[in-house]
Amino acid sequence: MYEAHLAAGARIVEFAGFDMPVQYKGLLEEHAAVRERVGIFDVSHMGEVTVDGAKALDAAQHLVTNDLSKCADGQAQYSALCNDKGGVIDDIIVYRHSPEKLFICVNASGREKDFDWMKGHSQGAKVEQHSDDWAQIAIQGPQAPALVESLCKPGVIDLAYYHFRPNVTVAGVPGCVVARTGYTGEDGFEVFVPPDGARQLWDTLVAKGATPCGLGARDSLRLEVAYRLYGNDMDEEHSPLEAGLGWIVKLDKPTGFLGADALKRQKAEGLKRKLVGFKLTGKGIARHGYPVVKDGQRVGEVTSGTMSPVLKEPIGLAYVPTGLSKIGTAFDVEIRGKPVPAQVVKTPFVEKIK
Amino acid sequence: MAQYPESLRYTKEHEWARVSGNKATIGITAFAKDQLGDVVYLELPEVGASVTRGHPFGVVESTKAVSELFAPVSGKVTKVNKSLVDAPEGINDDPHEKGWMIEIEMSSPADANELLSAKQYEELLAAEH
Repeated sequence: MYEAHLAAGARIVEFAGFDMPVQYKGLLEEHAAVRERVGIFDVSHMGEVTVDGAKALDAAQHLVTNDLSKCADGQAQYSALCNDKGGVIDDIIVYRHSPEKLFICVNASGREKDFDWMKGHSQGAKVEQHSDDWAQIAIQGPQAPALVESLCKPGVIDLAYYHFRPNVTVAGVPGCVVARTGYTGEDGFEVFVPPDGARQLWDTLVAKGATPCGLGARDSLRLEVAYRLYGNDMDEEHSPLEAGLGWIVKLDKPTGFLGADALKRQKAEGLKRKLVGFKLTGKGIARHGYPVVKDGQRVGEVTSGTMSPVLKEPIGLAYVPTGLSKIGTAFDVEIRGKPVPAQVVKTPFVEKIK
Repeated sequence: MAQYPESLRYTKEHEWARVSGNKATIGITAFAKDQLGDVVYLELPEVGASVTRGHPFGVVESTKAVSELFAPVSGKVTKVNKSLVDAPEGINDDPHEKGWMIEIEMSSPADANELLSAKQYEELLAAEH
């Protein structure tokens, strides 16, 4: 794949131990391609862990914050792994083949960490590392469904959002898992493909007119729809409740889960800080790590920020004290030593199609 | 490599200067633009501000990176390209013409003699990259 990216004019950077294409022709062009047509991303750095066996569902329920009893076979579910303090170990997608067979997609930084954590709390289920057994290509944008459908046997166009189909031949590559998921807010698919078939799939997609997109566009696209990025917007020091992911935390799940006690306590005591979306009303671009300031006091921190390519406005996510989290609240972001006014706004910043 | 006009002078920090009498018009080079990626934000000094050779006079931000702009010469800012501040993507399209940023009235016009020629700048790029 590396050669394919260079052939497409990629600029390569190191990310989580992987050489990754950050951009090809330019972030804005790639971003627009996904919002208006179809773009493709090599996201093979993502990891895959399986939980199998008669006790797989119980073990997984004990590990994840969301409720897999509400996830049908053939359906996928966004979820999180939490530590005992309720901090986020990783955000993940669980693909439920059956109660005995669960396939979990984790972040690149979670390949070992998540695996070790799951293995250590496996409760008799078989937890296996498969990160090197899969490449992954995301095909995103309004033209993605038709393009992917034209390459798949059997077809996948009938798949609803967050549903998947295993054993699909895609662009002549057998054994792919095709899921109607994504990280851009657009319609589209993510295809898990055996690594030796990845180049063939990629080249076919490029030949069909899809625009190769890098990590840069992936980041600006996800931020416009306020999807959280692990390591930036949440980590082991922040809970999913603080990160605004309460909708994937099922505290009343009968099985309970790791971290539930801490999260229940946090909820009962009230959240002290929250992740909010903001726009700068002054000039500049907020970036990860910039201080949030109120009345001259440092009260929080920007976790993600960019100039929205669609809105052409500076947007971002930041942790602020709960008292400053209401929509319309004003605070400053300190940019190179200068306070720049900002305002809490509703998210997503750009309307999601999916 | 013909993309670096001989009419311009250059710095190691990838700015260019178009010198005319005691005035110098300043921008960033095509190489700098390519390294930055798409430029989306630009911060420039006001007319009348003093700038010092080798010191930052502004900030350019691409979709992914923040970079300071370094003054190739010392002097007083006499013009600012306001339309570029409003639409910094002009730098992406045409860094050496439409992408001009400020005009400086040089306090010491001899500064300009220290700048690189197009040939020297191209040699620098070839050696570094």
